Amino acid sequence: MSDATKQDWTRPAAKAIPKGGFDKGTAEQGRYGPIFPKTPACYGFSILAKIIPGREEVFYEYARNIEKAVADQPDVLAVLKLHYLRWVLFPIKGETYFMYQGIFDTDFDKYTEDAVGIFASSGLNTVFENLEGFPQDWKTNAAAFIKFVREHQCPSFLEYGEYPYVSADEIKKALRLKAAFSHMLDQMQ
Amino acid sequence: MLEFDDIQHILLTRPPALTGRYEFLSFHNAAGGREWLASIQNKVQSATAMRASIETENRWVTVAFTWNGLRALGLDEVSLATFPEEFKQGMVARAEMLGDTGENHPDRWVGGLASQDLHAIVILFARDAANCAGWQAEHEKLLAECEGVELLSSLDLEATPPFDYAHDHFGYRDRLSQPAIEGSGDEPTPGSGAPLKPGEFILGYPDEEGPTANLPQPETLSRNGSFMAYRRLQEHVSRFRDFLRANGQTPEEQELIAAKLMGRWRSGAPLVLSPEKDDPELGADPQRNNDFNYKQMDPLGYAVPLGSHMRRMNPRDTAANMNRRRMIRRGATYGPHLPENAADDGVERGIAAFVICASLIRQFEFAQNVWANDRNFHELGNERDPIIGNQDGTLEFKIPKRPIRKTIKGLPAFTTLRGGAYFFLPGIKALRYLAGLNPG
Repeated sequence: MSDATKQDWTRPAAKAIPKGGFDKGTAEQGRYGPIFPKTPACYGFSILAKIIPGREEVFYEYARNIEKAVADQPDVLAVLKLHYLRWVLFPIKGETYFMYQGIFDTDFDKYTEDAVGIFASSGLNTVFENLEGFPQDWKTNAAAFIKFVREHQCPSFLEYGEYPYVSADEIKKALRLKAAFSHMLDQMQ
Repeated sequence: MLEFDDIQHILLTRPPALTGRYEFLSFHNAAGGREWLASIQNKVQSATAMRASIETENRWVTVAFTWNGLRALGLDEVSLATFPEEFKQGMVARAEMLGDTGENHPDRWVGGLASQDLHAIVILFARDAANCAGWQAEHEKLLAECEGVELLSSLDLEATPPFDYAHDHFGYRDRLSQPAIEGSGDEPTPGSGAPLKPGEFILGYPDEEGPTANLPQPETLSRNGSFMAYRRLQEHVSRFRDFLRANGQTPEEQELIAAKLMGRWRSGAPLVLSPEKDDPELGADPQRNNDFNYKQMDPLGYAVPLGSHMRRMNPRDTAANMNRRRMIRRGATYGPHLPENAADDGVERGIAAFVICASLIRQFEFAQNVWANDRNFHELGNERDPIIGNQDGTLEFKIPKRPIRKTIKGLPAFTTLRGGAYFFLPGIKALRYLAGLNPG
């Protein structure tokens, strides 16, 4: 339940975030617990987890699957209100870790069952199953999926936005408006 | 195949009732509570029984329990632990997330509904006032015979005139958009989508994503059961009528404002199909009054504003996974009708409704949290549901219109939540199981 009225996109803004990701006294409650606050860089998560040893190749195959799924059906992820997603593999002391970072316009709790649904229905399911501790019954147990995500979320301690709080829908609307004006000017020649 | 003889009738049917009564109970003694249940369970009709006796029966009874109520009856801790977290916590604990703050806060609720002592609800729908009164007297006698079973409070239902169709105190036609359940025998009306898998509403059956898991245990207890969110919503009729007069100069303009808030004319005619003027015939025709979408027919909200009640509660083809968010609505109006042009009489009136679904967190709570009370729903920035959202006078309602939209600032609260609770609605066999519990 963000308050868009107090947010000025013309003023770049940074926000220092308390330890744990939110102020325990004032954090807004979501359906699955306190909500990580909206920052000048919108909502987001950074999920870090160790992968099951020897599974690296699965992640590269997953990347190709996602590329194809989005190409085939561009709105496959629309419900998640995303700006950007980044998937990273990196080593710590010889073991491989996975980081999944997203920036989006709605708190994750809101559409979390939809996210589970998308993963389940579109066959985009393999990558989380290759993480240590991931609940094997996640397809029928959204609560367990969400618990895993919350436990592996590493909240930011600082976030910055050059055009803070602006949603992807607003950006797309502005670009459509620009295109419409260009078209209009073309018609005036 | 649905086990109609084990499913409480309220889940699948709607009795021809003009009146009724809700009674809220507390069990101070587990044995007394089970004795009460053993006695009343014979009066609780299954869907089969209800359909067989609909011409001759005059009273229809439903029984459901809070989590505290199941414990108070003596259900063991192992079983209690298998219920979903949101049900265990109860509606009061979930208030902030549901938007039940300010005037709607549980501290202001009536009838003991915010109390930990709320254990059960008995829903009576009656064909007429005489049958309602007769039942009340019989039930009073039964309560007196069962030790420690206390009547916390009650609410008398009352249909509002005219009685030939269901509508609320604001005058909006009700019961227009209900999901059909696969195997129930109900055919969806045009525009309502395909019938949904029974597991979306009834425990123990596959849902839209396949077989379900993690149901309350033992299976006897959960099978053919469901969850119900109760909402007693006071309707501020004078405030609503004043608002229409302040925002519309002619009766036609006032009707249009009322229609824009809801998404339908008060006759039930959808704005998508009849955007300029009311069409009562369309509103009353179930073959036509639900047959529309938004994405193709009204993407920008020129007919139905993006923030209107109907577009929030059922975004149709503009939301993902709609089949996982549907709910069955039951209930009735309470309080006396306020005649048109009558001054505010200070008497409470409203809707006392149930939302029935297999998962409170995925269906009911999602609709409240994300659809009704998200100020930024559809990028609106500063709005909540104009009918049931939490309104404190600081929010807007925007009506798309060419060339420039109309913005109403400082929308008043047309409704106030006066009470609510989460109930588990057991199947008929589960009622017997609960009545027969024999704790150590």
